[in-house]
Amino acid sequence: MFNPETLIRKGLPKGHFKDVAARSFLGGITYLVVAIAVLLFVKIIIDGAPVLFKPEAPFVDLDFLTSKNETLHVFDDAQGNRHQLPAAAYSQYISQHGSATLFNEQTYSYSGGGIAGPIAGTALLTIGSMILALFFGVSAAIYLSEYAKQSPFIHAIRLAILNLAGIPSIVFGLFGFSVFVLAVPVITSTPSDRSLLTIPLLIGNYFLSFQGWNSSLMAGCATLACMILPVIITASEESLRAVPQGFRDASLAMGATRWQTIRKCVLPFSLPGILTSSLLAITRVAGETAPIMFTAAVAAKDDLPWQGLKSPFDILSSQVQALPYHIYTLAARIPSSEFTQRAQYGSVFVFLLLVAFLSLGSMILRAKLRSKLKW
Amino acid sequence: MQTAIQIQNVSFAYGAKQVLHDVCMDIPARQVTAYIGPSGCGKSTLLRCFNRINDRISGAHLTAGSIRIHDVDINRADIDLQELRRRVGMVFQKYNPFAKSIYENVAFSLRVAGKTKRADLDDIVEDALKNAALWDEVKDRLHSSAFGLSGGQQQRLCIARAIANQPEILLMDEPCAALDPLATLKIEELISELKKQYTIIIVTHNMTQATRCSDLTAFMYLGKLVEFGPTMQIFENPKDPQTEAYVTGTFG
Repeated sequence: MFNPETLIRKGLPKGHFKDVAARSFLGGITYLVVAIAVLLFVKIIIDGAPVLFKPEAPFVDLDFLTSKNETLHVFDDAQGNRHQLPAAAYSQYISQHGSATLFNEQTYSYSGGGIAGPIAGTALLTIGSMILALFFGVSAAIYLSEYAKQSPFIHAIRLAILNLAGIPSIVFGLFGFSVFVLAVPVITSTPSDRSLLTIPLLIGNYFLSFQGWNSSLMAGCATLACMILPVIITASEESLRAVPQGFRDASLAMGATRWQTIRKCVLPFSLPGILTSSLLAITRVAGETAPIMFTAAVAAKDDLPWQGLKSPFDILSSQVQALPYHIYTLAARIPSSEFTQRAQYGSVFVFLLLVAFLSLGSMILRAKLRSKLKW
Repeated sequence: MQTAIQIQNVSFAYGAKQVLHDVCMDIPARQVTAYIGPSGCGKSTLLRCFNRINDRISGAHLTAGSIRIHDVDINRADIDLQELRRRVGMVFQKYNPFAKSIYENVAFSLRVAGKTKRADLDDIVEDALKNAALWDEVKDRLHSSAFGLSGGQQQRLCIARAIANQPEILLMDEPCAALDPLATLKIEELISELKKQYTIIIVTHNMTQATRCSDLTAFMYLGKLVEFGPTMQIFENPKDPQTEAYVTGTFG
C-alpha cells in the first residue's frame, strides 16, 4: 500500500553535509584561483600604473615609452634633498653643480629613463618571427591538409608536430643557440675561426661558412619561429579543414587545378582562422624570455635597434633588447630596491597592457570575420 | 542516336571496398538519363567517375573496364583533367556556391580557365544566368553575396556556374535533395530546357522526379546495374523483378 506521507522527508535531505562540503570545497578552490589572479593583476596595476600614467595631461608618461633606459643615480645634495636622476640628467647636474656636493650616492643599472629599446626590440622580434612562422607554418599546413595522403607516415608527422608544441622554451633557446647562432651557413669573405666548415664559392673571394648568425635579431626570430611553428601549423591546418569540402569539390569540378582551388577557394576562407590563432601565438612570442636569452637579447644597448647601422640589413645581425628579457634583468640581475621598482613594474605593466591589447584585438577580429564569412 | 558516354565493364573501388561491379551502359547525347536506386548502390560514385572528381579521395580507383566520353578513354594517363571537367560540368547535392558574389560564382570557371576579359565575362555570365532561369531574379544584385539567395536560387546559381563553360555533359547529383517542392519544380523545368543543349545525367532518390524529367532510367542495386531503358518502360513494365519491386515501392 503506497503511503504518500513517505514523500515528505523528515529533517535535512540525505547527504546534506557531504553535499555542502563538496560544494564549498570546490567553490573555495575556484575562488582561490581567481583571487590569486586578481591579486597578481592588482599588484602589477598598483605598482605599474603610476609609472605609465600621470595625473596631468596627456595622462600617459610618454617619456617612459619613448626614451632609452639609463643608469639611475640616487644621491643627496648639500641641502639634504634626495635626487633620482637618469645618467644624462645626472651628468648635466654635475656640470652645473659640481660633483663635490653629492652625498650617499648610489647607482642602479637600467633603472632610469624609459623602455623604448626593449619595446622596439620586442616589436622587431615579434614581427620577424611571425613572418617566418606564418610562411613556414601555413605552407606546411597547406601540404598536410590539402596535398598529403592520409597515411600512417603523415599521422606520425602530425604527431611529431604536436609534440614539438610541448617542448619547454628553454630547449628551443639552446637549439637556436647551437644552430642559428653557431652553425647555420653564411656567405662571407672573412670566415670566422670557429666556423664548422668553410667551402670556397669560387666567385670573388667568398666562402660558404657554417659559422652561424651570432647572437642577433635574425637568430632570435628564427628560434622564436621554431617555437611557435607547431601552434601555427596545427591551427592553420584546422582552419583549412574547416572550409567545407563542397567548395573544393565545386572548384575542382569547374576545371580548376588543385593549386587554383587552394588559392581561390580554400585559403581566403581559412585566412581569418589562421590570423586569429596567429594573434594568440604573437602574445606567446612577445612574452618568451628563454628562447631569446642566448640568441638575440642583450641587457643594455646604447642605440635603438635602427640607430647606428651601416646598412639597413645590419639590423638583422645586431642584438636587441626585449621586454621580457628586460624584466628578467631588472628582477634578477640587479639588486632590487625601491628605486628599481619603477622600471620593473613599469615594464611589466606595459607588457601586460600590450598582451591584453593583442588578445582583445584577436577576439574582435575573430568575431568580425566570423560574422562576415558564413557558409 | 549519338552516344555521349560509353561505360564498359566498369568496376570501381574505394581502397579495398568494391562499390561498382561490372557496369556496362551507353548514355545517349542530348537526353536526360536518370539513375535511381537505394542509398549506397553506387549511383553517385558512377556519376563522379564521369568527371573523375573521385580522384581526390585517396584509394579511389577504377579496378576494371573503361569509361569513354565521345570515344576518348577518360582514364588515360595523359588526360587533361581540367579540360575534362570543363567539358563535363557538375551540380552537387547540397547547393554549394562559393562565398563570393553571384557574378564571381558564375565567372569562376572562366577565370580559372584563363579568360579574364571583362566584356566577354559579362556576356557569358549573363547567358549562363539566363539559361539557368535566374537572370531576372539577380540582375540587379550581381555583385552581392551568393549566400543572400534562397536555396533554390543558390542551386540554380550552381547550375549557371556549371554551364558557363558550355560543357557537353552536365552531371547532377541529386540536385533537388535539399530543396522544397516549388524550387524542385523550377529545377525540373530547367532540366527539360537544358537538355536541348546538354547531355544531362541525374542521380535522384525521387522516383516521380525520374518519371517527370528523364528520357532514360537506370536502376542500380548493390553496385550493379540492374536495368537500363526508356523511363516509361522501367516504370511501367520493368523486365527485372528487383526493378519492379523498387519502382512500386515494395522495397528500398
